[in-house]
Amino acid sequence: MVFLPRYLSKLVALLGVSLVLALPLTSLAGDLLPSIPKGKGEQCVEPTEIMRRNHMEFLLHQRDDTVHRGIRTTQHSLKECIECHNAPAQDGKVARVGTADHFCNSCHTVAAVNVDCFECHADKPENAQYRHALKGKTE
Amino acid sequence: MSEQQDTDLHRRRFLGQAAAAAGLTIAPGVMLYQVSARPADQAVTSQVRWGMLIDTSKCETGCNDCVSACKTENGWGTTETKSSPRQQAQWIRKVKLTDKQTGHVQSLPLMCQHCETPPCVDVCPTGASMKREDGIVLVDKHICIGCRYCMMACPYKARSFIHEELHDQKPYMPRGIGTVESCTLCVHRVDKDGTPACVEACNAEGHKAMYFGDLNDPNSEISRRLKQYGGEQIRADLGLNTGVRYQGL
Amino acid sequence: MKAVKYLEIEGRSTGYYALLAILGLIVAAGGLAALYMEHNGHHVTGMNNQIVWGMPHVFAVFLIVAASGALNVASISSVFGKKAYKPLAPLSAFLSICLLLGGLTVLVLDLGQPDRLVVAMTIYNFKSIFAWNMILYNGFIAIVAVYIWFMLERRMNQYSKYAGFVAFFWRLILTTGTGSIFGFIVARQAYDAAIMAPMFIIMSFAYGLAIFILVMMAAYSWSNRELGDSTVRRMKNLLGVFIGSVLYFTLAYHLTNLYATENHGVEAFILRDGGIYTQLFWLGQVLVGGLIPLFLIYFPATAQSRAMISIACALVILGGLATMYLIIIGGQAYPMEMFPGKIVESAFFDGGVKQYIPTMAETLLGVGGFALALIMVALVVKILRVLPVSLADAELDPHASTGK
Repeated sequence: MVFLPRYLSKLVALLGVSLVLALPLTSLAGDLLPSIPKGKGEQCVEPTEIMRRNHMEFLLHQRDDTVHRGIRTTQHSLKECIECHNAPAQDGKVARVGTADHFCNSCHTVAAVNVDCFECHADKPENAQYRHALKGKTE
Repeated sequence: MSEQQDTDLHRRRFLGQAAAAAGLTIAPGVMLYQVSARPADQAVTSQVRWGMLIDTSKCETGCNDCVSACKTENGWGTTETKSSPRQQAQWIRKVKLTDKQTGHVQSLPLMCQHCETPPCVDVCPTGASMKREDGIVLVDKHICIGCRYCMMACPYKARSFIHEELHDQKPYMPRGIGTVESCTLCVHRVDKDGTPACVEACNAEGHKAMYFGDLNDPNSEISRRLKQYGGEQIRADLGLNTGVRYQGL
Repeated sequence: MKAVKYLEIEGRSTGYYALLAILGLIVAAGGLAALYMEHNGHHVTGMNNQIVWGMPHVFAVFLIVAASGALNVASISSVFGKKAYKPLAPLSAFLSICLLLGGLTVLVLDLGQPDRLVVAMTIYNFKSIFAWNMILYNGFIAIVAVYIWFMLERRMNQYSKYAGFVAFFWRLILTTGTGSIFGFIVARQAYDAAIMAPMFIIMSFAYGLAIFILVMMAAYSWSNRELGDSTVRRMKNLLGVFIGSVLYFTLAYHLTNLYATENHGVEAFILRDGGIYTQLFWLGQVLVGGLIPLFLIYFPATAQSRAMISIACALVILGGLATMYLIIIGGQAYPMEMFPGKIVESAFFDGGVKQYIPTMAETLLGVGGFALALIMVALVVKILRVLPVSLADAELDPHASTGK
């Protein structure tokens, strides 16, 4: 047993009680989960679970391939991601990277991970109508 | 007997038309196969070396078509609103030369020379300044730390540093704050068998001062011209074997 | 020689707190300047696409060069066996690390993408002297840290000589690397010279020792500790030799350039036509940084006075900064010879002398780095046992005769 001075042990007890009493407040956590805008088309180029965990790995690998080796496959190209995931809305408006509506931002702000891709890369698509072909299907 | 001949005639005609139809269907595929040489998932090789040839005798002092085309294509020139004129990026510029002795006036476009042994690639601490296998010198802005040593080292003052936050970049040409950039020989066009915007604009206007092609292919127009009329490098004494050559220097 | 007793300074006087406060304010200002530059981008500075390295680099390179030279005092005792310098070796080593850290801070904070420092420390292009410098600078800090440990830990004292050797050779390579940053550039006429590396080494000796002497004299006089005349005399004479050597290297550099017609343009620019750059050369590098301090150091009337020696050291530092400005910025200001024999004009400012007007932000960043180095030294002498209690002549060498 650790021997604590009386005032300290009272403080620790107080803290413990407050934490227990605060437990019900976690039900409010639902508001903290990100609301991610839906991309165009029926599905992404990779299954959602795989994309969630590994999208940076795909992008980091692809960027070296494209810049250093001139390989311009579209499966993991950032430009292609933007075409679907940040396509213009019905009214023609496009979410910009600084706002909460932007696909990448919506999750990254909650995860508190900095996205510096858009310091250089365009954050909106070039061609509003274009839709990237999924593997095995033709447009 | 005539019925048989009629049938033969019909058959011949049918076969002929079928052959023609088949030929027309296949022909585009055959042509395309010749034109698009490198599929998207194949890496570039050193079999090809891209280069440019500039005929300065056809280059007019007041003409800026190549510069305007590059600005429009790659999205520089109007995007840096907070930087002073000396801080704004310039990928290609027209240089006016007046000979001190003779007074002779010349004009030529100057951009990244895409050297074979680029000093900028030698000095980059992270290897962001790199040369592709096909000779195009680029900056990998993902690993550029913005130290500007390549700008110190470039003998042609070809590189620019981005001094402010940029928006509305062209999706095929990312460029951003704190990194260094220069002429990419329109690598996004070249990879799809196109020509750089400056060369295209110069030819579209009919000046015919700029040529682009494969220096390793002895039959390409650029190689034939170089063989026939010669072509010099700027600062040839540095021994960099530039990919951009000039006639009439 | 009896064992030297090291003790922390008391560090509770108003003067000491005032020193920390002033230096702290300058460091804070430098930090705010760095934040301002990083947040807005470099358009808020005077640096542009023609002059790409400016005031921050002037200070950073000066501090890095001086850091290497500040280790000289320790090296002289460990490598060359001069016992008289041994008591000051720990201070010398600490000053060296503090100056280097100050210089590196300025360099890193000026990067276009300072958050990519991790990339710079992990991905190396080994053909780049810049990449080698990253390894050399970090290695230097580690090696000098070990050297300090050997000097301060009684059980390891016997090995301090070996650490001293390693540190000495490492810093020769380091300073060669720093000079080669400029020496390896083929593009510009003011650089591309083999003499840049050895010139930087001899400049490091002068600047490092000047800063060391000032720090030593300040530390002893402000903490009321005794500093013997023989120590000061030895060091100022050594400084004189170094200043003379720098002047010699400067002469060799310019004479060689003047011999080749192709370099006449850049020489005329530096020596006669360059406006501010010409002034920085003759007044800054030669007069203030060279001839006046030499005079103060050797002229009998001033050689005895500590005040005059301090002034000489301060002038060497100012001259050093002027030299760095001339080399780094003057070298970029002079146009590259792309088309010999032609007048060159373009929309990208080819042809003429390039313009550079330093702003407050970038100058503050540079000065802040200097203040950071000094405040670290001020804190080290209070927290650690680095300063000998007394450096009186009698303490150092009981057999030395008193009086001149």
